[in-house]
Amino acid sequence: MKLNSPMEVWKYLPGTNCKECGEKTCLAFASLLLERKKKLEECPPLFEPKYAEKGKKLAELLAPEVREVEIGIGERARKIGGEDVMHRHERTFFNRTALAFDVWDTMKEEELRERVRRITDWKKFYVGEFLKVDAIAVRSVSGDANTFARCVKRVAEETDFPLVLCSFDARVIEEGLKEVSDRNPLIYAADKENWKEFLGIAKRYKVPVALFSPDLDMLNSLAVTFSSAGIEDIVLDPGTYPEGQGLEQTFSRFIKIRRAGIVEGNKGIAYPLIAVPMTAWMVHGTENALEASYWEAIIADLFIIKYADIMILHSIEPHSLIPERTLVANIYTDPRRPVSVEPGLREIGNPTEKSPLFVTTNFALTYYTVESDIASNKIDSYLMVVDSEGIGVESAVAGGQLNAESFKDALESFNVADKVKHKTMVIPGLAARLSGETEDVTGWTVLVGPRDSGRIPGWMEKNWPPETVS
Amino acid sequence: MEKKITLAEIAKILEKYEIVELEDVKIKGDIELELAEGGGVALPPSIAQALQSIISAAHISSSTTEAIATTAQALQSILSPGAGAGVQKAQIPATPAEELELIRTKFEVAKTEWNGQIEEVTIGATRSDGGTREATVTIGGEKALPFYNFDYQMPHPPVISVDCFDMPISLAKAVREHYEDVMEDPGEWAKKNVREFGADMVTIHLISTDPGIKDTPAREAAKTVEEVLQAVKVPLVIGGSGNPDKDPEVLEAAAEAAEGERCLIASANLNMDYERIAKAAQEHGHVILSWTQLDINAQKTLNRYLFKLGVPREDIVIDPTTAALGYGLDYAFTNIERMRISALKGDTDLAFPISCGITNAWGAREAWMKDSPIKEDSDWGPAVYRGPLYEIMTGLTLGIAGGDMFMMMHPKAAGAVKRVTQMLFGAKEAEDEGKKVKIEEWVTWK
Repeated sequence: MKLNSPMEVWKYLPGTNCKECGEKTCLAFASLLLERKKKLEECPPLFEPKYAEKGKKLAELLAPEVREVEIGIGERARKIGGEDVMHRHERTFFNRTALAFDVWDTMKEEELRERVRRITDWKKFYVGEFLKVDAIAVRSVSGDANTFARCVKRVAEETDFPLVLCSFDARVIEEGLKEVSDRNPLIYAADKENWKEFLGIAKRYKVPVALFSPDLDMLNSLAVTFSSAGIEDIVLDPGTYPEGQGLEQTFSRFIKIRRAGIVEGNKGIAYPLIAVPMTAWMVHGTENALEASYWEAIIADLFIIKYADIMILHSIEPHSLIPERTLVANIYTDPRRPVSVEPGLREIGNPTEKSPLFVTTNFALTYYTVESDIASNKIDSYLMVVDSEGIGVESAVAGGQLNAESFKDALESFNVADKVKHKTMVIPGLAARLSGETEDVTGWTVLVGPRDSGRIPGWMEKNWPPETVS
Repeated sequence: MEKKITLAEIAKILEKYEIVELEDVKIKGDIELELAEGGGVALPPSIAQALQSIISAAHISSSTTEAIATTAQALQSILSPGAGAGVQKAQIPATPAEELELIRTKFEVAKTEWNGQIEEVTIGATRSDGGTREATVTIGGEKALPFYNFDYQMPHPPVISVDCFDMPISLAKAVREHYEDVMEDPGEWAKKNVREFGADMVTIHLISTDPGIKDTPAREAAKTVEEVLQAVKVPLVIGGSGNPDKDPEVLEAAAEAAEGERCLIASANLNMDYERIAKAAQEHGHVILSWTQLDINAQKTLNRYLFKLGVPREDIVIDPTTAALGYGLDYAFTNIERMRISALKGDTDLAFPISCGITNAWGAREAWMKDSPIKEDSDWGPAVYRGPLYEIMTGLTLGIAGGDMFMMMHPKAAGAVKRVTQMLFGAKEAEDEGKKVKIEEWVTWK
């Protein structure tokens, strides 16, 4: 994207403040365009003849440096690529790395369906939402087109996830594609041998296509050739070597390609990148599954950070899946996003005046963790969110943002005494050292809760209700 | 007959005249078939069959049998990939022969050159330098982002310092099982870190000195340091309890006890008498760890205070704070990455090697908790598998941001971070199996 401020965007808008986009002013619309929260199409006047020139220019200037490619359809469709910066603090990374997990066409039907369901249904609560994974990669192990097609069909019946169809044999891909041609799958992969057939298929079926070559001259050539033939929904695989200097060079290839695209504006190679951490399994083998899953996660870690827009993984065990997906959430969080929630008194479930009063900070991560721990265990209660300037409990106690006075201020400004009659509050275990002073300052009874809110249910059994309440 | 004809041309001719079968064909003379790289000709199956019949029907004289047989084999494999199963299938639509040539291009990208360079810091002193260490470690010296060897070869790979404590502490089960036998004895603990877990360095945390824990006197803590120095010959990191009132006294005594060993004294921060710690480190020949909490400006401020106290640049390592995966790692990552980029751009206040307390990863509940407290979560699997990976991924992530030194705890995690950072560093001794793997075969891997 060539524009950096709302004013720069505004210059290309009609400037009539017509409100058709739903915003009060063109400038407000401009800033949302910059944030990718609005689309140009939402400004109808821009498509009238008198503004068409400006509109066209604006579309060019707003286009991300790395092409954005969509895989799948409907609610589960995933955009990949579309990045503008080399480092997240320079603005943000926009489209998180899509995690695709593999199935293969030699699996027994029941085993296959079960694996697809597990991948599709997997979820993990994190900062106010459930994390899910993104796609399923179907591998042709048999090499037989019909076997592959049958497998693809079964996978498609079982999930609405975007699919990646994987084979270097164009005939196999085409047979599989026929089963899901309306699902916009990514086909993997064209290489220096088979590219003409893949090009033909990508053109006829209008699906995104992956190009494979660890030789970057060849990869660039393939990309330019496809794009010259009118195919722009391209994903590049520079090869993922799982070990040694091969891994070092893989790391450098990903960075070089992204640098060429973003820093040097080389449109010929500015496409989303695909990494295949599951190559770790080829080294460690299924007989060393734990080791293999660790190395797969290590490679995933590298390329979640350095520029893979989609990756293919094999282990669906929670020990690797949880940290991999969490890292994606961390790296792709907008660093400009506020880290705090509104202080206040929240009701969890249906609390009464005898329900416990828990206290936490307004650091988003802490708040959502505590809130979900209480809610999912169905503990009817009040949660008092104290303003700690968006800092977590341990640091806020050390840094003085959380102290006896802040508890007092919160009790008063949220009129807590109107709702809770027992005048007892449960403070975080990590704030234990504030308990005495807080009792003195507020006149409330202070109970020290567990150090981790996940242990609130166990704590409740032993400590609630206390004598002060009953 | 001098005219040469390519396979594509034969195909075209056959297609033009809608020839699907050739009967009684006899070809005399040499057949010269030019096969484009990758057999880039897609033939309608019917034509393919026709061509096959030409080959098989061709009269072959004995002298050229072998050559032609090879050609025929090659041709067949192109005509009927997948063992010919698809060729006979009529329902596969014909792929039109594409009139395309590969547009050959060169991929080029410029190197990024930075003005700044990270300070090179050596920890540990051998006999010739007035200490008793058998080896020293040197970190820093970078002129590019971590592992960007194509810009500028990273001068030193990151190092691992494995933690030990001056008293038994509560640890996640997955970690505890490795240390249960040595928890009562810091010397034995340190030995185990080096002997069994391959630590480059050992960190002794003098946590029992905290008035809220055991309030061990500084004098006694100094003895523990002497014990550990006796027990192992690797460079040492000496950590206090984190109590801002007690640490200056404790670290002063420890620095004196470790005179001349060039330990890393951990740490000076803005909420305490950092001056006393920095002076003790200088007086007794140590390196100082400058620790701030996720705040670039605070880090610059503290470093400048240290400069003012006369601490030489080669005696400073910084710790910008580590947060666990899922619990603020994004802030820690970006904080370190920004510091490193500022340093490379020329901000000398921040141009120091970075130490990361990766053991903090165990603060993530996912690293140790048995089951998810969230009922709707998918199964978390065994905690004992999750924990080490949380530590590995926290470490590696901060290594990519700019970490030069990792304080770690789980042996498997320490080993994995060591190995992968060695690979990325481009170490020659790293096993190089990766190159032998035909990576594209992941598609058919079983």
